[in-house]
Amino acid sequence: MESTSRKFSSNAREALGDSQLQRALSNVPSGFVNKRAKAAAALPEFEDLRDKGRDIKNHVLEHLDLYLEAYERRVIEAGGHVHWAASAADAQRIITEICQAHGAKTVTKGKSMISEEAGINAALERAGITPIETDLGEYIVQMRGETPSHLIAPAVHLNKDQIEADFRRVHDHLPKDRVLEEPASLVREAREVLRSKYLAADIGITGANFLIAETGTSVIVTNEGNGDLTQNLPKVHIALASIEKIVPTLEDASTLIRLLARSATGQEISTYTTFSTGPRRLGDLDGPNEYHVVLLDNGRSDMIGTEFQDMLRCIRCGACLNHCPVYQAVGGHAYGWVYSGPMGSVLTPSLIGVDEAGHLPNASTFCGRCEEVCPMRIPLPKMMRHWREREFEKHLTAKSIRSGLKVWNWFVARPELYHRVSGLAAKFIKARAGKRGRVSNLPFAGGWTKHRDLPSPQGKTFQAIWKERQKNG
Amino acid sequence: MANPRGPILSGDQDVRDALLTKIRRTQATDKLDAKRRQAVQERLSNHPRNIVPKRSDGNVDHKVALFTKLMTAADATVEEVSMPSQIPRAVAEFLRAHNLPQRIRFGKDPALTGLAWDQTPSLEVSDGRARVSDETSMGRAFAAVAESGTLVMTSGQDNPTTLNFLPENHVVVVEANRIWGSYEDVWDEIRHHYGDTVMPRTVNLISGPSRTGDIEQRLELGAHGPKRLHIIILNSASKAGSPKE
Ligand code: SF4
Repeated sequence: MESTSRKFSSNAREALGDSQLQRALSNVPSGFVNKRAKAAAALPEFEDLRDKGRDIKNHVLEHLDLYLEAYERRVIEAGGHVHWAASAADAQRIITEICQAHGAKTVTKGKSMISEEAGINAALERAGITPIETDLGEYIVQMRGETPSHLIAPAVHLNKDQIEADFRRVHDHLPKDRVLEEPASLVREAREVLRSKYLAADIGITGANFLIAETGTSVIVTNEGNGDLTQNLPKVHIALASIEKIVPTLEDASTLIRLLARSATGQEISTYTTFSTGPRRLGDLDGPNEYHVVLLDNGRSDMIGTEFQDMLRCIRCGACLNHCPVYQAVGGHAYGWVYSGPMGSVLTPSLIGVDEAGHLPNASTFCGRCEEVCPMRIPLPKMMRHWREREFEKHLTAKSIRSGLKVWNWFVARPELYHRVSGLAAKFIKARAGKRGRVSNLPFAGGWTKHRDLPSPQGKTFQAIWKERQKNG
Repeated sequence: MANPRGPILSGDQDVRDALLTKIRRTQATDKLDAKRRQAVQERLSNHPRNIVPKRSDGNVDHKVALFTKLMTAADATVEEVSMPSQIPRAVAEFLRAHNLPQRIRFGKDPALTGLAWDQTPSLEVSDGRARVSDETSMGRAFAAVAESGTLVMTSGQDNPTTLNFLPENHVVVVEANRIWGSYEDVWDEIRHHYGDTVMPRTVNLISGPSRTGDIEQRLELGAHGPKRLHIIILNSASKAGSPKE
């Protein structure tokens, strides 16, 4: 996927002025945030599980080579195939070749961020193969030629009237006078349209939430059941996963499963958690004849042993997005690439380079909420600061901004002060940047001041302004 | 299959070796390597339990009650019967209550095929994997988990996986003594049945009917999988399901 992360500040400004988007985003806090809090409170062991989750992934990353080997061995024993991809281009080539070897015309797809990252759909299309996203949110986003704006809620940036218009445009074989107002009727229509696609597909591609070394198993987690129809009905199942998805055992996967849904949607567990090991067995009446796993590195091995290694613990729950005031205000697309919110701000520069995505770590108020809720206890604010320092060192930032940032960094390194004075700091940066006309290079100051009148004369904090906006919205 | 790692592709062997070598370099010196190998070996063969929530600790009644509470909260319906002979009638009643055709499909599981279906002559039963035209399917759970209100379905000709997902209505029978406390209990059961390190092709953890919140975060049931999930707990100790002769 092409990145527009360089343009974060103008993306963000646009997002703030987009009333449809703002209306859609107002659903985020009341939904995910409250539900997560309730689910966490309902499980006394939740905080201890978070420690365990962190420890499991740290152990895996320290032994990743050995667990990958063990995992590969088990997949082969179960009759599956393992393919290794260093880059997105490798993954594209491998998947396209498997599809071509089976003469595939259409491919159904379960929701997979790694597939977005590796640009699989575009590669398939170039090879004359039609990819069909089956997760409802992904289906909607694909229909609009967009990309997902949230890890687990790809269409969270849309309102139902927009979706209705898309369904009427694309499903033009259906009666024009049909009633499509309610979410229920949209869900039903998508269900019916996609049913025939599942059955016609030659290949099903899914991602994987976990890969279990003990048994050679890939795990997908969904609420819709689309991933299961995707991987069970076609002749071939391809699971595409990045190398850090490995966990040692079924017990370790269980610990992470306990964290994932609670952090993501506030469910005890997602509706469907599916463990797949190899292809169809003797006597089976259904299931794929071939089972392939594509293991993709795409820059992750470069993070191991660096200060960004902790980011590889991420289980893509989306909690840090849901709790981030910047994400809540601008949505996912402003971040300009596959990943958004705090996890995107940390991961994107690692994967596509600080030259491309160096602005993203600025997209933060350093309020610390992301770290508070991250089930894997990833120190997101600290890592964003690392990037800012690196960008600073690399002199990628204009001189005027650098001096502004210096002060900024001094404040953000002192959280107790930060809350009291962040309004002031913003004012200061605005004043400095404003004089030189470089406001737009500082998303925090630039993006906000234009639309939110920041800072106010009293020097309101970002949080205060956000709260106000909530009330007025 | 000349290439044991895949019949179609080759050339990614180099990628594999380079990647593993690279990771190894960042993590290990030669001396450490034996220790690392041992740590991995031990974890894989001992598969120690981490933290298991206590909420499911208790006797069968407690587990059945917790399972039922959580399943119900996740929009499934649950009933108990005390004898297998009551199951066909329970199925017929479920279909009637929802105005569904008296037709159901299940796999070759003897626990289902052997039920007294002749008691419900108007209920048409067929077997095999799911067809698109099926409105209601039926399965028997390998086990269940009380902790989160979760069914555990294992693939095979007895209970083909497509039956869990394709039809709009899904009826599942689970025996009360197969409702375990935690996921970990079920993994031990699977190891016991299938052997260490061997998994059934597919293990489905199912915790309610299919749902989506993708349109304005509003909950809708029946996104792609079943819209209704009805669970029949076979519980010989159950008072609720005494015969209604
Ligand atoms: S960084 Fe943490 S909170 Fe954010 S998606 Fe990853 S695991 Fe979830």
